[in-house]
Amino acid sequence: MSKSESTSAQPVLQSDRAESVFKDFKPPYDEGHAVVEASRCLFCDEPPCQQACPTSIDIPQFIRKIATGNIKGSARTIFDANILGMSCARVCPVEVLCVGDCVYNHMGQPPIQIGKLQRYATDIALAEGWQFFEAGPDTGKSVGLVGAGPASIAAAHQLRRAGHAVTIYDKRDVIGGLNTWGVAPYKMKAEAALEELEWVLRIGGIDIQLGIGVGPGEGDLPFEELEARHDAVFLGFGLGEDSSLEVPGQDLEGVHGAVDFIECMKLGALDLGWVKRAAVVGGGNTAIDAVRELKGLGIPEVVLVYRGQEAGMSGYQHEWKAAKVEGVTASWGSQPLAFLGAGRVQSIHCARLDENKKATGDMFTLGADLVLLAIGQGKLGELLGGIEGIALERGKVVTDADGATGRPGWYAGGDCRNGGKEVVNAVDEGKRAALAIDAYLRNKGG
Amino acid sequence: MDGNQMKKPARVVPDLTTNCAGIVSPNPFWLASAPPTNSGPQIERAFEAGWGGAVWKTLGQPIQNVSSRFGGLNYGGKKNIGFNNIELITDRPLESNFREMLACKKKFPKHAVIASLMVETEAEWEEFIARSVDAGADGLELNFGCPHGMCERGMGSAVGQEPKVNERITSWAKKYAEKYKPGLPVLIKLTPNVGDILPHGHAAQRGGADGVSLINTIKSIIGVDIDNYVPYPRVGGQSTNGGYCGAAVKPIALHMVGQLARDPDFQIPISGIGGVATWRDAVEFILLGSTSVQVCTEVMLKGYRIVEDMIEGLTEYMATHGFETIDQMVGKAIPAYSEWGLLDLNYETVAKIDADKCIGCYDCVAACRDGAHQCIFPATDGTRVPTIDEDECVGCNLCQIVCPVVDCISMVEVDNGFGEATWNEAVAGEKTLRPKKGSH
Repeated sequence: MSKSESTSAQPVLQSDRAESVFKDFKPPYDEGHAVVEASRCLFCDEPPCQQACPTSIDIPQFIRKIATGNIKGSARTIFDANILGMSCARVCPVEVLCVGDCVYNHMGQPPIQIGKLQRYATDIALAEGWQFFEAGPDTGKSVGLVGAGPASIAAAHQLRRAGHAVTIYDKRDVIGGLNTWGVAPYKMKAEAALEELEWVLRIGGIDIQLGIGVGPGEGDLPFEELEARHDAVFLGFGLGEDSSLEVPGQDLEGVHGAVDFIECMKLGALDLGWVKRAAVVGGGNTAIDAVRELKGLGIPEVVLVYRGQEAGMSGYQHEWKAAKVEGVTASWGSQPLAFLGAGRVQSIHCARLDENKKATGDMFTLGADLVLLAIGQGKLGELLGGIEGIALERGKVVTDADGATGRPGWYAGGDCRNGGKEVVNAVDEGKRAALAIDAYLRNKGG
Repeated sequence: MDGNQMKKPARVVPDLTTNCAGIVSPNPFWLASAPPTNSGPQIERAFEAGWGGAVWKTLGQPIQNVSSRFGGLNYGGKKNIGFNNIELITDRPLESNFREMLACKKKFPKHAVIASLMVETEAEWEEFIARSVDAGADGLELNFGCPHGMCERGMGSAVGQEPKVNERITSWAKKYAEKYKPGLPVLIKLTPNVGDILPHGHAAQRGGADGVSLINTIKSIIGVDIDNYVPYPRVGGQSTNGGYCGAAVKPIALHMVGQLARDPDFQIPISGIGGVATWRDAVEFILLGSTSVQVCTEVMLKGYRIVEDMIEGLTEYMATHGFETIDQMVGKAIPAYSEWGLLDLNYETVAKIDADKCIGCYDCVAACRDGAHQCIFPATDGTRVPTIDEDECVGCNLCQIVCPVVDCISMVEVDNGFGEATWNEAVAGEKTLRPKKGSH
């Protein structure tokens, strides 16, 4: 990869990306629908929806502004709390956050479609090019941010509002992290994520250094150098490679990590015409995204292979329900022991587990010519090993509530801190850390 | 309302036949003089749909109308809770109108067809009344209410706002009605654009009217095009004030109907108009003294077929409340329409929240905190069921009004040990008032 000094967020996406075939699972509102839905909002006091939002968007206020036709004010309310408000409108699991806590749920009436309303206002804001934020007066301080995902983007934008210089380093050649190359395309495609990022960067002064890894690796920017260049550091990197099962046959062709596969689908073209039956191993949200994506890419048979039972999946039930509606099946209580095939995977040899995930002694074989592993990702915390004052817990960076690590001037947020949560959590952690960094730099003085 | 539940009367089989000032119709639902009664074919379709009567679009010297003519008032995502128009009286040839009236009456002899008239000179009144009689009209309604366009020409509300003119023209109309068809009922349609409706009702009564119809529309500007700086409805680059109607005007109409109905010196029947959109509205108008009701806006918005539900709803209401005839209902709520000075100041209620029904929206908290008396507070136990400080609650019922859940907040009567006492009695030193609440 070549090093770039560009501040443009717009790498050229190839036009034949596999994700292009997907339609929105939740289609956008037109004005009429938006106003009717917005008008249903009860404008709760001390609103439960806002309390459920990790970024604490004043939801009743932005919804009322849609109802009155004050779309600019509505979008300002959203972005002021969550600078990736357009992405979050699409990718947030609203069913378990704001919408899940709408008081209408207690009334036997449909909850307000907060995500769709948020999308309505933020889409218009981006289309119109409204700018709400200006960089603060130059403080002469500089912050280095590691990783160009939602946590760093949110932190960098907040820091620019405070007048600090910021530089984001990312080892990839595309910015936005998983929000760009990991989101299910029926929620958001890469170009939409990049469009929002370009809009965010219009605050100016966010220097993005792509193709530059930070850490102990060969060719990487060493942490010592990072610290020397900047007055504060924000660690906003994500997780590592897809975990593997460590079973025979895992190196066969046709066996891939799910996150890796999703990135290929989001950013590149795929030929899957030869796949008749695909299996996804896992029971979390990446696994559910993967089965829905495979189904959407036209694979006739897609099966979820999970050690536990349906009720015990860690993935969201509303997402799994949608997968079932789309025709995905599941093999519950199934522990892969080996991937079989000559050069290319043909089947999975599995042990049958009982409801307590204990082996029953039964064995069976499941045909599959494509297998995706969605059983977690490695933690990258070990990259920080040996940096004085930085503590790790199960690979996650340990911080206080504001993201401060034990090393003065070093902060962290997003997946490297929380172990892998939603975009909205990363935005919140980045924003909080930026506020703490601002206070730190101002106290530090000249 | 609470604690005063009436005993359930025996179910009856009601007869909806209506006799309003001598105009008989199969039910009390009449179409008001307006676009829905613009032509014979329209009215025939309306009668087929179930309407009991129709007041023909006002006949006079035909005029020319403008485009556009209507405007709607929207609120909270709901369109057209109020409505206004700058349309004038009929713009169709009189010959067509009278010919169609005759045909309609022949086809629907049991339905009420009322000719609405608006002309200037006594000679014109005689001519129009004679022609209406020839066309078979069951009654006349003199349009003394139109608040735009016609009043500038000395007609409509210009007449309705001057009791002497009202009385004089009413007496002309009665004279010619008697001349051409003895006993032909004459209704006077009154304008609400007056400070007090009573002198105007009395003027009509003195002129010999058989009944009054009210309210006509209220002078209004429905809104402003804020990008082009022109009020609505826009006629090119200009606009003018119009007549306000629709659901939002019902409270004003109910008050004026009730004012006349409760006046012991006012003795003639009332045809109630103004925001009647459902059978419930009709019941309210009848309970406050109307004998028939007239509907326009809701039909303009939804069409004639709304009358099916109106008839069913009214029939079921009468059946369950023990009313066999419309007349038994008329004015039933008038005895309870009193003066502020006669209200019992010692009657006390406090708000109670049904914790099982509460959804925790805190709309009552915000309303009480910012718009009332600061006696409803957020929960402190994590339930989101607000708590009410009953010692401070004044019983204003704002919380009950804002609560989105049916029957969640109720206003419960409190026995405070004080007997009934009105302001008038307190001023006269006859009674003692309970201590005030919420006035810290």
